[in-house]
Amino acid sequence: MTKSANDVVITGVGIVTSQGVGAEPHVALLTAGEPPKARVETERFAPYPIHPLPEIDWSEQIPKRGDQRQMENWQRLGVFAAGLALDDAGLKDNLEACGSMDMIVAAGGGERDINVDSLIVDEALKRNDRERLLNEKLTTELRPTLFLAQLSNLLAGNISIVHKVTGSSRTFMGEEAAGISAVETAFARIRAGQSTHTLVGGAFSAERLDIVLLFEAIQGHATGEWHPIWSRKEENGGGMILGSVGAFLVLESREYAEARGARIYATIDAIGGDRGSREGGKLEARLKELARPAALIEPESTVVFSGASGFHDLVRREKAFLDTELDGRPVRAFGGLVGHGVEAQFPVGMALAALALGNGAKIPPFDPAETPMTAPAKAAVVTTIGHARGEGIAVLAAE
Amino acid sequence: MSKAYKDHLGRPIVAVTGMGVITSLGQGLKDNWAALTGGVSGIHKITRFPTDSLSTRICGTVDFIELPADNAVERSYAMARETTLEALAQAGLSGDFNGPLFLAAPPIEPEWNARFELADRSPPSERPGDAYNRFLAAMRQKADPVFHEAVLFGSISERLADRFGTRGLPVTLSTACASGATAIQLGVEAIRQGRTDRALTVATDGSVSAEALIRFSLLSALSTQNDPPEKASKPFTKDRDGFVIAEGAATLVLESLEAALARGARVYGILKGCGEKADLFHRTRSSPDGGPAIATIRAALADAGIDESAVGYINAHGTSTPENDKMEYLSMSAVFGDRLPSIPVSSNKSMIGHTLTAAGAVEAVFSIQTMLTGTLPPTINYQNPDPAIVLDVVPNVKREQQVTAVLSNSFGFGGQNASLVMTAEPA
Repeated sequence: MTKSANDVVITGVGIVTSQGVGAEPHVALLTAGEPPKARVETERFAPYPIHPLPEIDWSEQIPKRGDQRQMENWQRLGVFAAGLALDDAGLKDNLEACGSMDMIVAAGGGERDINVDSLIVDEALKRNDRERLLNEKLTTELRPTLFLAQLSNLLAGNISIVHKVTGSSRTFMGEEAAGISAVETAFARIRAGQSTHTLVGGAFSAERLDIVLLFEAIQGHATGEWHPIWSRKEENGGGMILGSVGAFLVLESREYAEARGARIYATIDAIGGDRGSREGGKLEARLKELARPAALIEPESTVVFSGASGFHDLVRREKAFLDTELDGRPVRAFGGLVGHGVEAQFPVGMALAALALGNGAKIPPFDPAETPMTAPAKAAVVTTIGHARGEGIAVLAAE
Repeated sequence: MSKAYKDHLGRPIVAVTGMGVITSLGQGLKDNWAALTGGVSGIHKITRFPTDSLSTRICGTVDFIELPADNAVERSYAMARETTLEALAQAGLSGDFNGPLFLAAPPIEPEWNARFELADRSPPSERPGDAYNRFLAAMRQKADPVFHEAVLFGSISERLADRFGTRGLPVTLSTACASGATAIQLGVEAIRQGRTDRALTVATDGSVSAEALIRFSLLSALSTQNDPPEKASKPFTKDRDGFVIAEGAATLVLESLEAALARGARVYGILKGCGEKADLFHRTRSSPDGGPAIATIRAALADAGIDESAVGYINAHGTSTPENDKMEYLSMSAVFGDRLPSIPVSSNKSMIGHTLTAAGAVEAVFSIQTMLTGTLPPTINYQNPDPAIVLDVVPNVKREQQVTAVLSNSFGFGGQNASLVMTAEPA
């Protein structure tokens, strides 16, 4: 591709997964000679395995204790990852750049207070005036600050407060699709000259029973021990393992990035999202359309970062699709390594792709079913198929 | 593209070709406008849930839409569907919409009755605080896909996308009380990007429940002047004491002016400019100097390519909270200076309450309608003006006055600020 002033380039990556905090451990695993080892917590939420947060010192990115206290882990993780991305881009504490920086956050909902909810349902089992009980208990038991920790747009709000990113602030919701739309919208705005630099990403906290419940309502969780994502079996539950992840990117127009001498990890060449019925071959037809820009690039030096969620049927269909339409490109299912991150899933894939391309990585297989790479990655394809709806594909190129 | 279809920055001019609205005042633009200009309040006693022991017992809920199940998702979807049907009919569009959908929707959580039902089929408690472990045991026994779908944030846009044949991945967004304006802004941007000739922008909020009310109460955001309900929302007065929580929805069909005229559509107004600026001061309070709100209004005017003197009417955010109205006045004063007292500024929320996620779009529809009809809706309950806020709020009764450019403000928790500039004519 020829370079142009309004190319959308990635200049900052902030990532936290069970594999570690920040770019460094993730670059290490992407460039290692050996396959990485998944970190899994199997006791705390048994029978559901979960990829937990790594050890993390919140103060590194959220210096004020008061700010930390205003958030639950989902928001903390997002604010933390956003700070890492700004640091990585060399824009942290650059008041002018942050003050004009746009922001799009893919967010879910905040945490429930499990104790308050338990108290209410337990009491309700003994009473038949449940609505009155609700008023009594909610009025006396709810912490006022919890509401703010629950509001979807308060992740972005906290990023503004902690990191002073105030050009604009938009929060997208809607599970995996939110993450896809967030990056897609940031990309389209920069391409069109509507923004010069945008912070985009999301966070997901898996270590929450209320979130675990959401997916067990469709019996989506894998149960028991961890198994590689391409070979999970129906007798071990629904196939999905959640992971606590946070991923933010600093996107800039090439012109803006070059003017300030920023390091460029990669260029986003194309990104698209779609949705609709998955009956028959309709999902595959949409994926084929979305993957069209990917089909044009050389297979050997292209890596596919697959965001497969683990749901059995979707994993089978994505694998069949990749085998036919993107044949010959090594696949790395990052959800198998760090867990499914819902709203943050697509941003995590983008972050890993950027780090891989920026470091010319020959990425080791994440899963026994994946083939080794014969050449360093020069291009990457990132896929995410929403567990219930929505799908997106991005194509990135190394500098 | 001919020059007549481009704005001052060479971008496609964005026209509004269809509008639909629902508030506590009724369904449809015609009924809403009659009530709104008649100074009628839609605020009433809460009947959806018991309110004894609650300090706020009034609301502007929409209780007249038929629902298959009484929950926030069904209500929000039903209102969005109805306003979209109205807007598309007005736009003269049928069949697949074939443009992107931008939806402002409330963050959704399971309803309490869903938790109670789950508790009823769950094993007994073994220790305090174990409800979710029991819920999980119940789900392992028997899945509940309805529960799952009802708490997915993407479920409303999914249904709208299927129903109206929108294109691509719909965006569901929340910028708190600025959400409706943000949805419109995203639609404007998509058309300016040249990605599409038309965009469907929808905002809906049917999320009033006991827990939602109590949460806002705990932040001291709501009016407690329960009696009489219709007098509680009194923006810009000395005795204002909080907003009245409400519901509603609005849809605007946006099209490039060129595409609209090419298909012979009627143009109801022009979405001339959008502005935004985030505030880093506090989670619920605005910067005391009004800086971000001022920057937001200025950004909208600059984006529209007009200066302050062109604005003939301001549709205020005007929530009736002590804080907002003071801050909004301060920021308008900074932007409009000495001319501010001569610009009519009214708050629809004096009659419909605060429709939260929907407010920015509901008020954009009313802003366009103001220009179309030459009637300024009043700010009702303006009996005891706040002496520190010197505004022509179009007190208590509507005014016949033609305006050609309107500013509409939306501000929200989390430092969200968005303003829209709408004009009657493209130039």
